[in-house]
Amino acid sequence: MAVSPNISVRKTDGHIRIDFVDRNVLDELNIHQIGEEMIKAIDGEIRPKVVIVFRNVEHMSSAAFGTLMKVNERVKTRDGQLRLCHIQPRIHEAFVMTKLNRLFTIVETYESAVASFV
Amino acid sequence: MSNAAHTFRFERTLRDLREGLELVHPAVEGALEKFGYDDGAKFAIRLAVEEAIVNAFRHGNQLDPSKVVRFRAVIDAREVVLEIEDEGPGFDPATIPDPTEDENLEIPSGRGVMLIRAYMSEVEYLPPGNRVRMVFRKPIAA
Repeated sequence: MAVSPNISVRKTDGHIRIDFVDRNVLDELNIHQIGEEMIKAIDGEIRPKVVIVFRNVEHMSSAAFGTLMKVNERVKTRDGQLRLCHIQPRIHEAFVMTKLNRLFTIVETYESAVASFV
Repeated sequence: MSNAAHTFRFERTLRDLREGLELVHPAVEGALEKFGYDDGAKFAIRLAVEEAIVNAFRHGNQLDPSKVVRFRAVIDAREVVLEIEDEGPGFDPATIPDPTEDENLEIPSGRGVMLIRAYMSEVEYLPPGNRVRMVFRKPIAA
């Protein structure tokens, strides 16, 4: 398991699991660094299957949406798949409000995320 | 009892985005906690504050280090009134493309104003458009 300052990355069973380390807020002050760490974890992978686990994340700003979109785009350019899971209801509501739930595959649990990869 | 006990007033000149957010968020959140705002309200207000301050520095002031952002908050048990003012020329929020339209959905930026409007009870951009006034009213319990 690799631990960057803000995320932990585990490569297991053919997929990459990303958790946030001691992060209940994804906002302007930290999201750009987090995005760089995520992209570093994805780069070099062939057809990466990535799960980002949002457990304990309680706040998210529009900057975080933008960063997730960049990560999503990087995964797609590598012909990979991205799943978001364990998103708290208030944050999920923001995804729906911005219609970004149409761009991302959001599932309830980590297990269902892994099961959904094709 | 003095009025001060019933109202939190906070006014600061923010000179830097990072320092500004680090200064404002704890002050506002402490007041929200004191006046009994629930987690949903805290989420909404934190989001609106963040978006407005980021927009002021990034778009209003164009990240010019010589320019400041002024932040004002008046918080009581019924409502939160926030004003954020930058030193830019102002803008017309009606000119911002709708980020929920299909052709804009994949653009990674441009959602801040939309989120502010979605979560606040009242949003007003004051002429010439470099000052935003946002109000959050605590829902009346049924």
